[in-house]
Amino acid sequence: MQYWNPTYECMHREEMTRVQTARLIDTVKKVYHNVPFYREKMQKKGIEPGDINSVEDLKKLPFTYKQDLRDTYPYGLFAAPLSEIVRIHASSGTTGKQTVVGYTRKDIDTWAEVAARTLTSAGADRNSFIQVAYGYGLFTGGLGIHYGAERVGASVIPISGGNTKRQIQIMKDFGTTLLACTPSYALYMAEEMEEMGIKKEELQLKSGVFGAEPWSENMRKEIEERLGILAIDIYGLSEVIGPGVATECSCRCGLHIQEDHFIPEIIDPVTEEVLPYGSKGELVFTTVTKEGLPLIRYRTRDISTLNYEKCECGRTTVRMSKVSGRSDDMLIIRGVNVFPSQVESVLLEFGETAPHYLMIVDRVDNLDVLEIWVEVNQDMFSDQVKRIEDVEKKIRKAIEITLGINAKVKLVEPKTIERSEGKAKRVIDKRKI
Amino acid sequence: MLVKQISVFLENKSGRLDEVTKVLADNNINISALSIADTTDFGILRIIVNDPDKAEKVLKENDFAVSSTEVIAIAVPDQPGGLEKALKALNEASIGIEYMYAFVGKTEEEALVILRVEALEEAADKLVKNGVKVLSADKVYKL
Repeated sequence: MQYWNPTYECMHREEMTRVQTARLIDTVKKVYHNVPFYREKMQKKGIEPGDINSVEDLKKLPFTYKQDLRDTYPYGLFAAPLSEIVRIHASSGTTGKQTVVGYTRKDIDTWAEVAARTLTSAGADRNSFIQVAYGYGLFTGGLGIHYGAERVGASVIPISGGNTKRQIQIMKDFGTTLLACTPSYALYMAEEMEEMGIKKEELQLKSGVFGAEPWSENMRKEIEERLGILAIDIYGLSEVIGPGVATECSCRCGLHIQEDHFIPEIIDPVTEEVLPYGSKGELVFTTVTKEGLPLIRYRTRDISTLNYEKCECGRTTVRMSKVSGRSDDMLIIRGVNVFPSQVESVLLEFGETAPHYLMIVDRVDNLDVLEIWVEVNQDMFSDQVKRIEDVEKKIRKAIEITLGINAKVKLVEPKTIERSEGKAKRVIDKRKI
Repeated sequence: MLVKQISVFLENKSGRLDEVTKVLADNNINISALSIADTTDFGILRIIVNDPDKAEKVLKENDFAVSSTEVIAIAVPDQPGGLEKALKALNEASIGIEYMYAFVGKTEEEALVILRVEALEEAADKLVKNGVKVLSADKVYKL
């Protein structure tokens, strides 16, 4: 089967605009009446739900930022009563506060629908064996793909992340046909496979859906060659719904956005002006079918472009280009969102002022590694090795708790981290993506 | 009776130790004892100098992470069993030694040793009571 839901995936533009308009009007009414945050924001701009009559009117609406989710932590932006919420997911936040997202039963259904479209784009059907090697839990990756795979009717292997040797053994023995994980983990698996002496010809693997972190065309080529599969880029963020927001088709020429559910815009991240079609800028989403956590003009901080031309695959939905960067300082390390400010907040606990630090991200054997250099200050320094090593250990632990990933902590001498205009450089990303 | 020791944080990379000795030399500070504790990533340089307060100040001005710690300096007979007497006294009093190192020799008959222990005052007291020669700060700085 080529499409999961051709009615929407191959819908004419005018018809799509009509669907979006009706759903947008409905969503704006809902958030205005149910979420004080949105009502106040709209009132401040002098807008009422009645002013929104078309997709064009989107630009009249205020933006929503990740910070708004933190400020209203945990449930302040929910538009449905908590009794209607059947699932909660969360992602890491800069100050230790998580970004919490809630789903009603209908939202879970919508999510399964868009994830099913994603998997179908990658060639999945009811005969597929789908190995979900994204993490299960608060992270939306695992369960998001899982529900999509069940919706398609495939056999789901819910193995979650880690234990690579077992992953490969199961992939071989169970006859996995589609692999879902981060692209760097796919490469890591390929390497481990070689070490185990398992050849790609021994696998039934045909394709993979890879996302949750940036990756390049070169990485795609390598994954495709080493695993002998079609590698499909997928896009999603938990705030919008999770995996399933957009996906490549077999043409691999941009990611089809499921725009009957999520209306995209491209804006200039500085002036916040909407940019004309084809321009490069920050991707903004408005969800038009969500009940639990509808988002109006959510600033993703991801840099992309939009292409409205009909795709060779027959789909008419707008395509976003592979995300080429961020409009803020967020890093994605092993699929986890990391902000330098998180490291800063951890270090603040180790002295009166936060010491200068430098985050060095690299990719070793296809796995992201994070090293954090911390300038030793008087508060941390001692004449005893044990005490300094204790400080190092404490920082490492605190970083792991706050960031959710391991990092190597290296103490360096004061003033050795390069500064420009008095401000230290915070991040060096050596990954060749 | 306690002597001020200066400790400096050093990364394990070439030229760092030279930087410290240069700052001290430029400020006319003399080093009389020195030890380095090192791990794979960093080292701690511990020194006894003739003017610890000035050393601390100039090193800080030159952006080193510096701390000063009180230690005990003892003189032991330069013969077998010389150090044993001092260590036995501490052991009997259950005082643990965090680290120790020897002086650059200045006298022919005695070896000079720096001790960093948990209970400084008590340790110094026990050493004196057991006939170990504990050196005063003044004397040590002049060495």
